[in-house]
Amino acid sequence: MTTTTSSPTGAARAASATADYLDQRTGIGHAVKYFARKVFPDHWSFMLGEIALYSFVTLILSGIFLTMFFVPSMGETHYEGPWPSLNGVEMSEAFSSTLRLSFEVRGGLLMRQIHHWAALIFMASIVVHMMRVFFTGAFRKPREINWVVGFVLLILGLAAGFSGYSLPDDVLSGNGLRITDGVVKAIPIIGSYTSYFIFGGEFPGHDLIPRLFTVHILLVPGLILALIGLHLVLMVMHKHTQYPGSGRSDKNVVGYPALPVYVARLGGNFFLVFGIIALLAGTMSINPVWNYGPYDPSPVSAGAQPDWYMLFLEGALRLMPGGAEFVIGQYTVPLNVIIPAMVVPGILFTLLALYPFIEAFATGDDREHHVLDRPRNRPFRTAFGVSLLMAFFILVLAGSNDLIATHFHLSINDITWTFRVLLFVAPWLAFVITKRICLGLQRKDRELVLHGHETGRIVRFASGEYIEVHKPLDAHERWLRVQHEAIRPLEIEPAEDSRGVRRKGYRRDTMRRRLSELFYEDRVEPVTPAELAAAQAHGHGAHEAVEAGHGPRELASSAPGGGQHLVDPHDETAPEGRNHTV
Amino acid sequence: MSHDNTTDVARRSAGEHPERFDDPGVHQPNPRLSDLDEKHAKKAERQVAALFTISIVGTIVFVWAYFALPPGETPESMRLSNIVLGLALTCILLGIGLAIVHWAKTLMSNKEYVEERHPQRSDDETRAGAIQALQDGAADSGISRRGALKGAGLTALALFPLSIVLPLIGNVGEDWNVSKFKHTMWRKGTRLAYDPTGRPIKASDLTIGSIAHVIPEDLHEAESPLDEKAKAVVLLVRMDPRDLKSEREPGFGFDGIVAYSKICTHVGCPVALYEQQTHHLLCPCHQSTFDVADGAKVVFGPAKRPLPQLPIEVDAEGYLVARGDFVEPVGPTFWERLT
Repeated sequence: MTTTTSSPTGAARAASATADYLDQRTGIGHAVKYFARKVFPDHWSFMLGEIALYSFVTLILSGIFLTMFFVPSMGETHYEGPWPSLNGVEMSEAFSSTLRLSFEVRGGLLMRQIHHWAALIFMASIVVHMMRVFFTGAFRKPREINWVVGFVLLILGLAAGFSGYSLPDDVLSGNGLRITDGVVKAIPIIGSYTSYFIFGGEFPGHDLIPRLFTVHILLVPGLILALIGLHLVLMVMHKHTQYPGSGRSDKNVVGYPALPVYVARLGGNFFLVFGIIALLAGTMSINPVWNYGPYDPSPVSAGAQPDWYMLFLEGALRLMPGGAEFVIGQYTVPLNVIIPAMVVPGILFTLLALYPFIEAFATGDDREHHVLDRPRNRPFRTAFGVSLLMAFFILVLAGSNDLIATHFHLSINDITWTFRVLLFVAPWLAFVITKRICLGLQRKDRELVLHGHETGRIVRFASGEYIEVHKPLDAHERWLRVQHEAIRPLEIEPAEDSRGVRRKGYRRDTMRRRLSELFYEDRVEPVTPAELAAAQAHGHGAHEAVEAGHGPRELASSAPGGGQHLVDPHDETAPEGRNHTV
Repeated sequence: MSHDNTTDVARRSAGEHPERFDDPGVHQPNPRLSDLDEKHAKKAERQVAALFTISIVGTIVFVWAYFALPPGETPESMRLSNIVLGLALTCILLGIGLAIVHWAKTLMSNKEYVEERHPQRSDDETRAGAIQALQDGAADSGISRRGALKGAGLTALALFPLSIVLPLIGNVGEDWNVSKFKHTMWRKGTRLAYDPTGRPIKASDLTIGSIAHVIPEDLHEAESPLDEKAKAVVLLVRMDPRDLKSEREPGFGFDGIVAYSKICTHVGCPVALYEQQTHHLLCPCHQSTFDVADGAKVVFGPAKRPLPQLPIEVDAEGYLVARGDFVEPVGPTFWERLT
């Protein structure tokens, strides 16, 4: 209000008076001084988490709109409205209010579609952000707790999504709930009671939609909001990680100041994310419940898929052979449901949540890490992450096996069998191949550091020998490729001490050593200054140094091609001056 | 060979070379066009202003469309309203977003700054102070001297949540009578009726190879029809009696007409797809496949048990009626289904 004064000095005076008023009452000066020029490192991949944050803000904004018109009730009603094919059809108030807010509320359909698209993007950006954090090792000390917070946010996101798309009470989501009921009933001993707990009696009952509504608009978003707050506070406290590069170490942070660059980009990105979601919502229909119809326990549509983030569960259920159900005494244990719906996701999620702790145990490293790893420099971690993703990906595809069958005219049974095999084979293959690619890329880095860039210029010596001129890396290029440490497997103390007494904890140490070997046995060490000097001094012999310094299981393979000479670009007119042997 | 060679080289030169390379120090990015030339800076400024203008125009279009293009009565008008509002909103948001990001990238300083990090761990003095503070607090409370208070206090705190949890758990599952899973509303003499019309079915209505989705005729009189329907839906198939290899319960069918529960024994989806030639029933959710000609046995997929069979006969007027309830619980497996 006060800033609308016409004279600029007036505006400045008003601003300073406001600032003074606030500071005298809150001491906000400290915070402003601390945050205004705080440095944030910059990289496109740091935006992935931002996308999650902004799609969540979009979810809240559009969600508030939707709550104004949605009626969370399973009370029966008959539809009267502009959608002709459903006129007079008996349905719940939840479904009919969804139709009303889609067709009769101005901008309602847009808001509904924004909400659903934002949910898909929210989950996708969480997953991709988590992949970035995983593959760059950003979860290492001191950020393990924040990894766990992020993991819980992922689970809460699943809960938010599932409770949300079930609310319209249409036939598609209703069958999803029926599957949930079947899965819950499969839990030994308490399954039937848990089903009653959720549905307030028999499925579908009359309580579910109001209960899901409370879960969806209060419980879960409240928890998400609180944990996002914690996630961000921890991020600010730790200061953001940075990619390796010149001048970046574990003791500093290099980047742009919060004001103006970082704040501008943060703000700008919010509008970009919201804008892209609006574009999707304006042009692409999502979850057209009026085509599915209201929930009825009898019909079901073929090719029915849940939202993408639930597909892996659906896929696991589809792949499991039925024979695993057994009876013990009078009681039935449906392992054909328990394994895919509880054990498989349990394993995937437990590995994901605990990974930072497992890796820290195998590494035996107690230092803080603020410089990120290049994924190639941690072959085990990268390969492990890719194989976990591969398992997830196979399950997602298996959740769409009917669509694959109808689109490609294949037998559903063959597809299912293929995925059953792939679920076990593909992650291993992915692991081995990824690890080889990582090691290969590291060797490529060594090669580059030792021999420089190829220039494509061929020079002939007086002796008649042809060589290609290589341009050495500059200091910044080289630093990126040699800054990391190759972690070596842990060495443990012997089983007996000097007096021949068997020491305690030896077995645990042995296990730890094995794990450590699994992680770090295969490795390629970065080039050392001595190696570079040797390579430059030795001309012909240099290519062999590319293979130096790898672990015991790394077999040396001779470098392809003949001798390569390193030629200083300033010296390239006189190649004879180089120390070359024939 | 080559290994020895190179390690030898490394060893020889170890004296002159450090173990690791040195960090060359922060590499400031190259100046941008807009840093070098005011003309480019002016151009960027105009671009930013144009993007903001797109946003302003977007808002005007949005407000216009809100009033001028109501969703109306037809799918076309609804679609038009949604597209125009959506695209206008896209312009509003992307205009602002792109403008700010472009501004930041071209016109704001791109100098990188370096800030020190400090270890997360608090220093020893602070830690000692914290421990002292806790000890002082504990000492002031006298908790270590008065053990009875500790026990009583902890017990009270541990018991208190019961007052919230008990009523919640107690009420939330209705009557907790889970044996309801085991029964459906089919009784002796209940007529089989078409879903959803409720018209009763005569045996003579069904030709060989036909299939009907069936509900109990008196479904709408039930206290909670949806709950009952979720258990009672049935698929009625008429086959050539010669094709019928076996029934789930011998003698439950009538003249080649068999009635099986429509609720999948896997996790409860309706088993709705019937393939006339193979007599297979397919659940579209997880592809469990049941052979109607052979006692609805599972031939593929994640289900284990055959579909339960409803005993049927024909009443005096020729209508198909149930001879009683299913003899086993329908739908997905639960712990106490055989008790």
